Amino acid sequence: MTVTTAEPPAALATAVALRHRRTPPQRVVLQGFLILTSLVWMAPILWAVYTSLRPYAETARLGYVSIGGIYNLDNFVNSWNGAELPKYFLNTLIIVVPAVILTLFLASMVAFAVSRYSWRLNLLLLMVFTAGNLLPQQVVITPLYRIYLLVLGIPEPLSDNGRLYDQYLGIMIIHIAFQLGFCTFVLSNYMKTIPRELNEAAVVDGAGVFRTYREIILPLCRPPLAALATLQFTWIYNDFFWALILMRTGDKLPITSALNNLKGQFFVDNNLIAAGSILVALPTLIVFFVLQKQFIRGLTLGSTKG
Amino acid sequence: MVGIPTFIHVFFIWLPTIASGVLSFTSWNGIGLDKIRFIGLKNYTDLFTGVYPPFWPAIQHNLIWLAVFTFVATPIGIFFAVLLDKEIRGTRIYQSALYLPVVLSLAIVGFIWQLIYSPDQGLINSLLGTAKTPDATDWLGDRSINLWMILIAAGWRHVGYIMVLYLAGLKSVDPNLKEAAAIDGATETQTFFRVVFPVLRPINLVVIVITVIESLRAFDLVFITNRGLNGLELLSVLVTNNIIGEASRIGFGSAIAMILLVVSVGPIIYYLTRSLRAEQA
Repeated sequence: MTVTTAEPPAALATAVALRHRRTPPQRVVLQGFLILTSLVWMAPILWAVYTSLRPYAETARLGYVSIGGIYNLDNFVNSWNGAELPKYFLNTLIIVVPAVILTLFLASMVAFAVSRYSWRLNLLLLMVFTAGNLLPQQVVITPLYRIYLLVLGIPEPLSDNGRLYDQYLGIMIIHIAFQLGFCTFVLSNYMKTIPRELNEAAVVDGAGVFRTYREIILPLCRPPLAALATLQFTWIYNDFFWALILMRTGDKLPITSALNNLKGQFFVDNNLIAAGSILVALPTLIVFFVLQKQFIRGLTLGSTKG
Repeated sequence: MVGIPTFIHVFFIWLPTIASGVLSFTSWNGIGLDKIRFIGLKNYTDLFTGVYPPFWPAIQHNLIWLAVFTFVATPIGIFFAVLLDKEIRGTRIYQSALYLPVVLSLAIVGFIWQLIYSPDQGLINSLLGTAKTPDATDWLGDRSINLWMILIAAGWRHVGYIMVLYLAGLKSVDPNLKEAAAIDGATETQTFFRVVFPVLRPINLVVIVITVIESLRAFDLVFITNRGLNGLELLSVLVTNNIIGEASRIGFGSAIAMILLVVSVGPIIYYLTRSLRAEQA
């Protein structure tokens, strides 16, 4: 980000202020336009919330576009229990937590090596990782599906059929492999802004490569790591595709992929769909409300430097 | 330190990409590696000569998707970013409203819009008074309009995404530049197009690449809506159908995947040279 310290000269500032003061009607129009747009933008979500609060019998009697009748949380209770949402939430948790931690750990090591030491292969490595992250998932899926079926002999706690197919481990690995690209790119950009002298000082003090990484560089990378963790949590949580193809057992699906089966099976009317959607969106909505800064920072770190 | 992550990335991403390329010249039903037969360009000629009917519609739909994102959704996102970059009261609230859809998964976006589009219980048909009548429009089922309806839902999310990215770019523009332009008598529109836009070249490129890649990756929304059939065919869906469908045609699916790859290679290289050159500087 550009740092601007110079204040505009006084004359300039007043000129700008005058310009602004002269155009209040424009401001009013702008405010009105933005309020209207925001409402239109929120409308689908507000509509989902409204529908979810009304029992199906009420909307069948009064119509969906109506006010009155009973409002309660039955749809939430019914979709939570009927669709066995806790089971799928747990599946997601089993996949997301290790995947995010391992992705950041592995990416930070590559980024460290690429940004702190000059090797001939640095640029190539960075290109491989960055390009890999931009590939459409479907380009990889056909052979990947076969590899997941072919690999044998994965020991028991990691895989209960010896394969990567139909396993939490398999889903975790493909997320890590894919997301490594983006995280390496972002972290190496960030690490480049850390003065190289820090490395040299560490070496003079007798610290090895790993100690320099762990005790000097990594602590300085807390801001991008926090932003990336937020972003990766959301992305992996929201992924629909990998588990759709690489999992067969319905009971092991993460929540987002499970939606496809739940549709029509448990979510039989719009009221239940609305309640189910809100429940499934809840973790990401919490990210939105609580960690908004981190999320946006993560998104923009990839596109602007620092 | 570099070895393990590189191995994971190359083995699970690049190896399958290359394998897709090789398999696209073969015929294979996926059972038994010894059953793989090389058939040259047959998969490709079959695709282009229309032996596989969904192919050309899928290409067309992907192009429409790309066009709508490029010429409608992305410019709207940029427009909102420019508006919200001004010092106006409540800008944070407006920003939040626009970017809220970005945190939702596309599967959930599909569900939420179903509440609006469905023929018997949907918002639009209820408002029109056609719900539960024979006159009800099946917004997502009618193949002459469903792609456009899906694009509204997809665009709804894409606009917020672009807005967030562009706003970050705008914040990095030296405010003195804009003030200088204002002093020189430039209107706000002129200031944006003649001063700010050129300065934001790096972020413009990122936005273009993201728009193209997102259009090629489109999958979740149509799959959750109707499994990508009946007017919603996309290349990504065809690849998927050829490996998990009743008849798995690995070679054929790989050929479609390769076409997807070839189209995405352009923007990827563009992005790489751009971002890595900046890095060397």
